[in-house]
Amino acid sequence: MTRLSKSFLSDRAALVAFITAGDGDTAANLDALVEGGADIIELGMPFTDPMADGPAIQLANLRSLAAGTKTADIFAIAKDFRVRHPNVPLILMGYANPMVRRGAQWFADACTDAGVDGIICVDIPAEEDDVLGPALRSADIANVRLATPTTDSERLPAVLEGATGFLYYVSVAGVTGKQQAAQASIEDAVAALKSQTDLPIAVGFGIRTPDQAAAVARTADGVVVGSAIVEIIAEHGSNAAPHVHGYVKSLSSAIHAARK
Amino acid sequence: MTETQNPPNSYRSQPDERGHFGDFGGRYVAETLMPLVLDLEKHYNAAKADPAFKAEFDDLLEHYVGRPSPLYYAERLTEDVRSNAPEGKGAQIWFKRDELNHTGAHKINNCIGQILLAKRMGKTRIIAETGAGQHGVATATVCARFGLPCVIYMGARDMERQQPNVFRMKLLGAEVIGVESGARTLKDAMNEALRDWVANVHDTFYIIGTAAGPHPYPELVRDFQSVIGREARGQMMERTGRLPDLLVAAIGGGSNAIGLFHPFLDDADVAMLGIEAAGEGLKKKHAASLAGGEPGILHGNKTYLLQDEDGQIDEAHSISAGLDYPGIGPEHSWLSDIGRVEYDSCTDEDALAAFQQLCRTEGIIPALEPSHAISAVVKRAAEMGKDKIILANLCGRGDKDIFTVADALGVEM
Repeated sequence: MTRLSKSFLSDRAALVAFITAGDGDTAANLDALVEGGADIIELGMPFTDPMADGPAIQLANLRSLAAGTKTADIFAIAKDFRVRHPNVPLILMGYANPMVRRGAQWFADACTDAGVDGIICVDIPAEEDDVLGPALRSADIANVRLATPTTDSERLPAVLEGATGFLYYVSVAGVTGKQQAAQASIEDAVAALKSQTDLPIAVGFGIRTPDQAAAVARTADGVVVGSAIVEIIAEHGSNAAPHVHGYVKSLSSAIHAARK
Repeated sequence: MTETQNPPNSYRSQPDERGHFGDFGGRYVAETLMPLVLDLEKHYNAAKADPAFKAEFDDLLEHYVGRPSPLYYAERLTEDVRSNAPEGKGAQIWFKRDELNHTGAHKINNCIGQILLAKRMGKTRIIAETGAGQHGVATATVCARFGLPCVIYMGARDMERQQPNVFRMKLLGAEVIGVESGARTLKDAMNEALRDWVANVHDTFYIIGTAAGPHPYPELVRDFQSVIGREARGQMMERTGRLPDLLVAAIGGGSNAIGLFHPFLDDADVAMLGIEAAGEGLKKKHAASLAGGEPGILHGNKTYLLQDEDGQIDEAHSISAGLDYPGIGPEHSWLSDIGRVEYDSCTDEDALAAFQQLCRTEGIIPALEPSHAISAVVKRAAEMGKDKIILANLCGRGDKDIFTVADALGVEM
C-alpha cells in the first residue's frame, strides 16, 4: 500500500484539494487543507501559459510567478510538507514544459527526494508518454492520467495504459473553475470508467459547494476542488489560511456525511 | 543540442505517423482535445486522398485568392545591391509575390484549406488566433465566404499596433476578442483560443495560422502553404531554366517559409535561409527561438522555445507583430538541427531599413515580416556572384504596418 492508495477508503470518497505553489503563504495554506480534512493534496506548479485553466487558476499562476516562485521553491515546499505531514499524499499538477525542462529523470529524482507521490500533467497525453512516463514509473511516482467527456470507449484503454495512482475524471469539456457537469452525466461517466479500470476515480472541474461535493462523493472515489480554494487565497492573500481551513472543513464534513 | 545524424533519404517525408519531426512536433494537448486532433488527422488524411477536395482547394486559390502569384525579378533592388557590392558580386534577387494574394498575405492559402476541412467535418463555428492580424483577416474572410460564425483572439497589445486589421476583421463579420493576459500578444491569443476550443469541442474548428501546434496542424498548414514553393519552382524553371541557389523567408511560426522551402528540400543544390526576428538584438529583447531558445513543449508541440531555466516561457519582442512569438514550427526545429536549412536573424532596425529600401527601389511596400527576409537577401546577394539567383518570399504587403513604421521613424501621421 502506498500513501496514495491508503487515502482512498472503501466507505467514503477522498477530498482532493488543489492550491498553486507560491501563491500566498503556501505552507500555512497546505496545513489548513490537511487540518480542514483534505485527504490528498494537489500542488500546482505555476506556468506562464496555463492554457487549460480558467481565470482563477490563471491568476494564481501569474501571482506566484510574479512573486518569484522557482521550480526549486516548489520542491522545497513539498519537502517541508512531507516533514510536517508524513502520511498525506502530495501530487504535483502542472504543464509539461516546467516538468521536462531539466529532463524526465531529473524531475522524477526531484519528486522522489521531496516525497512527492505522483504527478498530473495537463498536456502530456498517453500518446506522448515517452517524454516523462517511463522515468516516473521507474521511480514509483504515480502518473495520474486524465479522462474527459471526449474520451470515448475506443480511446480509454490507451489512457489507462500506464496510468497509476488514480484516474482523474475531468467532468466538463472546458477549463478549470467554470461550470459544473450535471450529476447524472458524472454518474454515467464514473460507472463507465469503473467498468474498465480498478484505479480509484476522482472527479473534478467546477465543484465548489459542500452539496456539490457530497453529490459527487456518492459516486466517485475522490472529489477534486481547486478554483474555489484558489479564489479564497486571491481574496485574503497571505492571511488566507483560516478561511481556507473553514471552507475545506465544510467540504470534508459534507463528504464524510455522504456515504458511498 | 545538435546531434550528428545520417541524412534521411528524403527531407520531405516528415512527420512520422505520430506527428514527430525527428525529436520535435507531437501532440502535447489536454486529454479533452486529444480525440479532436485524432479526428482532424483522420479527416485530413481522407481529404488528401480525395480529388474533389483538391479540386475545390485549387479552384478557390485560383479564382478567389488570385493564384498563381507572380514570380518577379527585382531588377532595381538587384542593381542597388550591385552598386555597393565588390566587383562581380550581387546575385539576382527574385520575389514570390504572395503579398498580392487576396487579403494581402500568404495566410489565406492555409485558411482556404482549413475551412474546407471544417466544412467536410461538419463544424459550424470557427475560431482562430492572430498576431499581426493577417491570419485573423484571412480567417474572417473565409468565414464570410462560407457563411460560418468566426471568433478571433488577438492580444490587446497587438490590437493597438494593428488597428487597420482589427477593423477589417470586424467589417468581415468576425468577433474580435482582445486578450489581456501575459504580454498581450500572439502567445496569449493562442492560449485563449485553446481555452475556447476545449470548451466548445463539439461544433468548433480551430484554424491555426502557422505551421505549429499539435499534429496534424504543422503538416497540414505546411501542405496548404506548399503551393508557394510548388508554383515558385515551376515559374523559376520556366523563366530561367534552372532552380534558385538560395531561398530566403522570414520566420515567426514559419508557415510562409516552410511553404516555400518544402517543395525544394530534396534539391541538394538549393540552399535555404530562414530569418528570425532579432528585435532589439539577440542579447536584448527578441523573438528568435532557434538562435536564443532551447527545446521545450508549448501549444501542442515540442520545439525550440524562448524560456528560462525553469521552463517558464519568455516574452518575445519584434517590431513585427506577426513574428512576435517565443516558439517556431517543429519542422523548422528539425531542419535546423539536421542542418538542411540555415537560420539567421534580423533586428527591428535592419528590417525597417530593408522596408524602406524595397519601397524606393521597387515600388513595393512590404509587410514588416518579409522585411526581415529582405534585409538578409540584400546582405547575402552582395556576397554572392552575379550569376547566382536568390528567391525570397514576399509573404505580405505593408499597408497594415504604415502606422508602426511611421512611429518607428518618428513621423507624425
